[in-house]
Amino acid sequence: MKILVPIKRVVDYNVKVRPNAAGTEADIAAAKMAMNPFCEIAVEEAVRLVERGLATEVVVVSVGSSKAQEQLRAAMALGADRGILVETDAQLEPLAVAKLLRALVDKEQPQLVILGKQSIDGDNNQTGQMLAALMGWPQGTFASAVTVDSGQVAVTREIDGGLQTLALNLPAVVTTDLRLNEPRYASLPNIMKAKKKPLDIIPVADLGVDITPRVSTLSVALPPERAGGVKVASVAELVDKLKNHAKVIP
Amino acid sequence: MSVLVVAEHDNQTLKPSSLNAIQAATQLAGPVHLLLVGSGLAAMAASAASILGVDKILVADSPIYLHQLAEDVASLVVSLASGYKYLLAPATSHGKNVLPRAAALLDVQPISDVIAIESADTFKRLIYAGSLVATVRSADAIKVLTVRTTAFDLAPASGGNASVEALSAGTASGLSSFVSEVLAANDRPELTAARVVVSGGRGLQNGENFSLLYTLADKLGAAVGASRAAVDAGFVPNDMQVGQTGKIVAPDLYIAVGISGAVQHLAGMKDSKVIVAINKDPDAPIFQVADYGLVADLFEVIPALTQAL
Repeated sequence: MKILVPIKRVVDYNVKVRPNAAGTEADIAAAKMAMNPFCEIAVEEAVRLVERGLATEVVVVSVGSSKAQEQLRAAMALGADRGILVETDAQLEPLAVAKLLRALVDKEQPQLVILGKQSIDGDNNQTGQMLAALMGWPQGTFASAVTVDSGQVAVTREIDGGLQTLALNLPAVVTTDLRLNEPRYASLPNIMKAKKKPLDIIPVADLGVDITPRVSTLSVALPPERAGGVKVASVAELVDKLKNHAKVIP
Repeated sequence: MSVLVVAEHDNQTLKPSSLNAIQAATQLAGPVHLLLVGSGLAAMAASAASILGVDKILVADSPIYLHQLAEDVASLVVSLASGYKYLLAPATSHGKNVLPRAAALLDVQPISDVIAIESADTFKRLIYAGSLVATVRSADAIKVLTVRTTAFDLAPASGGNASVEALSAGTASGLSSFVSEVLAANDRPELTAARVVVSGGRGLQNGENFSLLYTLADKLGAAVGASRAAVDAGFVPNDMQVGQTGKIVAPDLYIAVGISGAVQHLAGMKDSKVIVAINKDPDAPIFQVADYGLVADLFEVIPALTQAL
């Protein structure tokens, strides 16, 4: 069984992002970049399925600039077998990304697509669900456990209030939540090995997908700052403030 | 042209998040229809008819919808979509699961987690863990939106008089099936709907110590949350996580205990009315957003606070 793992190059989660001077977009030109954390979990899960003998090949794919090759190499250092970059300098929306991924799925014919539930830049939480829809495949979103067995994948999902387990017919799309696994660190030999793994670059135009944006960003601004308050010296003072000043407890 | 709100419910009761979404829907032009998809919905449909702001309740009541599987709910929503200018759902795990799927089938780019409706086609949402507010305009003929529940008031549960229309069920896709569900059973209020939330972080040191927070919470009638650090460390389950990738809360009172205040956590709670931070590190960033900060050892302070209330 082949697994396709779409990954995204995003601003490192430690970076405090600010608007650009014109207030039209996030100023990330000089920011440190990394693989989206949920995508790392997706790569790890796919590699573990291969290690458990439940899958045979892991193909990582990214849609983005030529610099996203760094993240594809990082994914191959974690154990993915080969990479595909759909190259574009445009900022694509989840719908366009899902359509490009559909074209790749048609080409690669994986039985399972595992991807992060959301990227920490746009915070959309859409691409996996949209790819599943376009393929007519079932979806197991926000996974905290994945088991593959006789033509089905069982996905335990993090839902509001608890956990839900679904059985999906293969082929299927799974999106990862935090607790699914803890990604390994790439060893130096594996980082070296990853440099020699195959990485195909496909210009976005070659896939014949309409990627015209539907949503335009009119402005980007800092949210209103919350003013800090006061320090209290004791529990008694805290209780007094909450009861008599803020009046949030009786 | 009207607005269709996909309700969040457990076949018995409507979740408060549905009322937030209805309130958002009333800010858009046109009548508001509420879609209930599930099984055994008669009682809930009858009581939903009195929600203020809803003109019509559409009820798709069938055993195939018992577990509200994304594949089946999305295809039902798509079959209804041509009559609407807007499709809305609360930005909960259910709404985020179903609505993007429906949007892709309609060839629409959905807009997630809307915090303000600026005009018929322009909306505000947060990006980069709440670090930035983006104002976005949709060019799609149908706008598909999930709305952040803390950004919209609850629609009043009474005062309305909606008509109720039964829909015929579609056919089950058969692509997925329900296996099991484990829902946290406790008497505390739901995290996203609670008036008071007590949250713990890595400072709690282990899962057992969260009992200190449960005792405090029960005294306050509060829900209990956690930071991602506490979830990652395995102290508590992920459904307690407050933050960018967890739940968004905005209670009247938020008490952060042993939480340093990473931007990802602040993204989930900084709209709370009053924030209290208890942390022994005076430099913890949480103090920058707290109305009342207490620099102290939580293991001494929490029992004392519980006692004092």
